[in-house]
Amino acid sequence: MARMKFICDAERCIECNGCVTACKNEHEVPWGVNRRRVVTINDGVPGERSMSVACMHCSDAPCMAVCPVDCFYRTNEGVVLHDKDLCIGCGYCFYACPFGAPQFPQAGAFGLRGKMDKCTFCAGGPEKNASEDEFRKYGRNRLAEGKLPLCAEVCSTKALLGGDADVLADIYRQRVTTRGKGADIWGWSTAYGKPDAPAQQPDAGGKS
Amino acid sequence: MRRLTGSVLVAAVAVALVGCGEHEQVVVYEQGQYQGKPDTKPWDNESFAGDRAQWEASIKARNQSQNEYRRING
Repeated sequence: MARMKFICDAERCIECNGCVTACKNEHEVPWGVNRRRVVTINDGVPGERSMSVACMHCSDAPCMAVCPVDCFYRTNEGVVLHDKDLCIGCGYCFYACPFGAPQFPQAGAFGLRGKMDKCTFCAGGPEKNASEDEFRKYGRNRLAEGKLPLCAEVCSTKALLGGDADVLADIYRQRVTTRGKGADIWGWSTAYGKPDAPAQQPDAGGKS
Repeated sequence: MRRLTGSVLVAAVAVALVGCGEHEQVVVYEQGQYQGKPDTKPWDNESFAGDRAQWEASIKARNQSQNEYRRING
């Protein structure tokens, strides 16, 4: 099994936030914590692009490098997870992460930082698979159910793909070569196919 | 006396040249060892009963279901 990765196709993402909603609902993530979010560049301007961003489960993860209590680990499937029992909520991982993936629940009136929370690739954490403790701390373990992350599986336009990196690369490659580039990507012909025969022109000398 | 002056001069030049040396400016992080609890494998549960091959087959099928060209064309 190769490495598990996410990839988001900016040509397809329509900023519906379905992935964000699915993630929050599936793992019962509290208010103020967003394991996944949709980022839009040039919002409202023609040609805007959106991307769904969460933990990218880096192969050389900076969060792992800076953690003072070494609470991060990487599974054989390439998923970066952490032990919440060990996390001290210092926030170093938040500063180190280029994607802003680590989240800290705001607890109490003084905004105390709780234990770090982040995308688990729906793989739970270091508790017994599918146990109550695992769900409470890390959310549902879909990987142990033989399923992929819900955000990717619910994506209506299949902009967000998640799973084996080699397979994702093949899917994306086929997609890009099929759809072409530039103006070929969108439009009537792309959506509905090219007509078999050219449309008949109205007779110029016909009856009025 | 002359020998002493020469030695001092050589030492001074050596010390001065040390400042021209190049040192690594980039911080090299040393990956620590994971200190937390060990995790179980995703196939170590009631659904798969430790059958890794079955788990991989399930994930593979899910991977392929994300390819709409394959789904549409059969």
